[in-house]
Amino acid sequence: MENKAARHIPETVLKSLALKPFSGVEIGQPEVNYIAHQVNVTTGENKVVDSIADVIKKTLKDGMTISFHHHFRNGDYVFNKVMDQIIALGYRNLTLAPSSLTGVMNDKIIAAIKQGVITNITSSGMRGSLGDFISHGGLKQPVIFRSHGNRARSIEEGEIKIDVAFLGVPAADPAGNANGQTGKAVFGSLGYALMDAQYANHVVLLTDNIVDYPCTPASIKQTQVDYVVKVDEVGDPDKIGTGATRFTKDPKELKIAQMVNQVIVNSPYFKNGLSFQTGTGGAALAVSRYLRQSMLDQHVKASFALGGITKPTCDLMDEGIVDKVMDVQDFDKGSAASMAANPNHVEIDASWYADPHNKGAVVNNLDVAILSALQIDTKFNVNVMTGSDGVIRGAIGGHQDAANAKMTIITAPLVRGRNATIVPDVATVVTPGSSIDVVVTERGIAINPARRDLVAALTKVPGLNVVSIEALQQAAEARVGKPKPLAYTDQTVAVVEYRDGSVIDVIKAVKD
Amino acid sequence: MEIKTTGVAGTLESSDIQVMLSKGDNGIEINLDSEVKKLYGDQIEAVIKTTLTHFGLTDAKVKAVDKGALDCVIKARTLAAAQRSTKTTDKPALEVL
Repeated sequence: MENKAARHIPETVLKSLALKPFSGVEIGQPEVNYIAHQVNVTTGENKVVDSIADVIKKTLKDGMTISFHHHFRNGDYVFNKVMDQIIALGYRNLTLAPSSLTGVMNDKIIAAIKQGVITNITSSGMRGSLGDFISHGGLKQPVIFRSHGNRARSIEEGEIKIDVAFLGVPAADPAGNANGQTGKAVFGSLGYALMDAQYANHVVLLTDNIVDYPCTPASIKQTQVDYVVKVDEVGDPDKIGTGATRFTKDPKELKIAQMVNQVIVNSPYFKNGLSFQTGTGGAALAVSRYLRQSMLDQHVKASFALGGITKPTCDLMDEGIVDKVMDVQDFDKGSAASMAANPNHVEIDASWYADPHNKGAVVNNLDVAILSALQIDTKFNVNVMTGSDGVIRGAIGGHQDAANAKMTIITAPLVRGRNATIVPDVATVVTPGSSIDVVVTERGIAINPARRDLVAALTKVPGLNVVSIEALQQAAEARVGKPKPLAYTDQTVAVVEYRDGSVIDVIKAVKD
Repeated sequence: MEIKTTGVAGTLESSDIQVMLSKGDNGIEINLDSEVKKLYGDQIEAVIKTTLTHFGLTDAKVKAVDKGALDCVIKARTLAAAQRSTKTTDKPALEVL
């Protein structure tokens, strides 16, 4: 059948997973029920153990669901330590339900799939060898991709029922109070892991740093924790903050950033109390520099900055231009340190951040979101999941959730190498065009025609080249040519959910 | 036109293509390695073939390593490799482009 994003969704997939097709971005006011979790009552003594294997044997059975967080990013040691034991103990048919997967986990997951240890996966995304493996049909059951807000919703409503959560922390006390801000391998906000701590049947902390009771601030509380496992190291501090965070010198990205700043400054949202979320792409990061100057020049102060946080955003708070930072995840050491030092730098969990089925998430209060894209099509649909070769190499992250902002801006170069970024149809719809308002490329900006107010506000701005999305698509095609259509097999290797749990698209195995 | 030596042009930087030409006797045989082969492989081979034909080569072994080059770059690198392999760099055959 065809869903509201005009994508063909196989009936068999909907039926076997008991999922509904995407029917629009409006969440409405449904009445939902949250599930409860199992509690193994203790007085809180004797939680500290030395052996990961013993804890696994006490808590885990074949067929269960295990979870991890990805706050250590590419510096993660916890995932592989735990998976090594689970594989060695001969477990079968487990569902892996982490907040996301990072490159350091890839080899272990592929090994676990090949041995039948992992038979189901749900994640925000995946990259590298694992994405390649899945895209070539390596896992029988389709992977389910969920945004950070949707994962929170799925946990609350029982679609993801975590049996055992293995959560690495840089500091915990013997009773299980823990945070991400003190110790050696600090990463700042524990935002995504807080869902697991609250809803998993068993919560196992792993730490290389057991501190005196009570460990405060207690992001994870002793009331939630079954075991505290002492390990030699939880993560590599130098690799937690690498990757996405960098200041660009690329003139194309700087031009895009300047144009994004012009869009924001000339929008109705540029006034005192402004709120914004920037991603971590080169252009998105550079926006914060231009925006800073505009806010200083025009005496505008922001009420909050949201999302995955970087040091440049914290600097705006320290300068007094941004009142508060609402932080679900930190991308660099500077922002992790800022959370520990500044009470206005607030740790928020994934539900508070972005969940569509609660009593109001912060994304609903967001004015401006600046997000990146692998592809954007002439219907403004955005793909952040599959590359131009159709292979999985991305993550939804908070993309669908932050696109709930009053003005969602997508930044992208017109072409990347020989691949067009603005295309007639994206390979995979992740964020529907109806929640995208402005697309900014170095060759001009396109405004969603549904936003007549923005068309009116921005077309008269001197120096801002407003064009149609079709014109951008044609300009890209004129430069790189028309690609041959991709060839896929009939096997559905992944399902992309919208934030309400409906199916917005499926990903097929690539034909090589 | 006759190939006298192996001729190379281009780098392995992104958006470039490295073209290496050597003697062949079975038409123009192209061995293409490209990041965008699935999408643009046929087009890249067609551009190389046309450029060499226009230059006057009918037999050549071509090894091309593409890093997402546009057609204009592919033409330029192919021509440069062809002129180097035929030792005709003193007479730039720009009309081929």
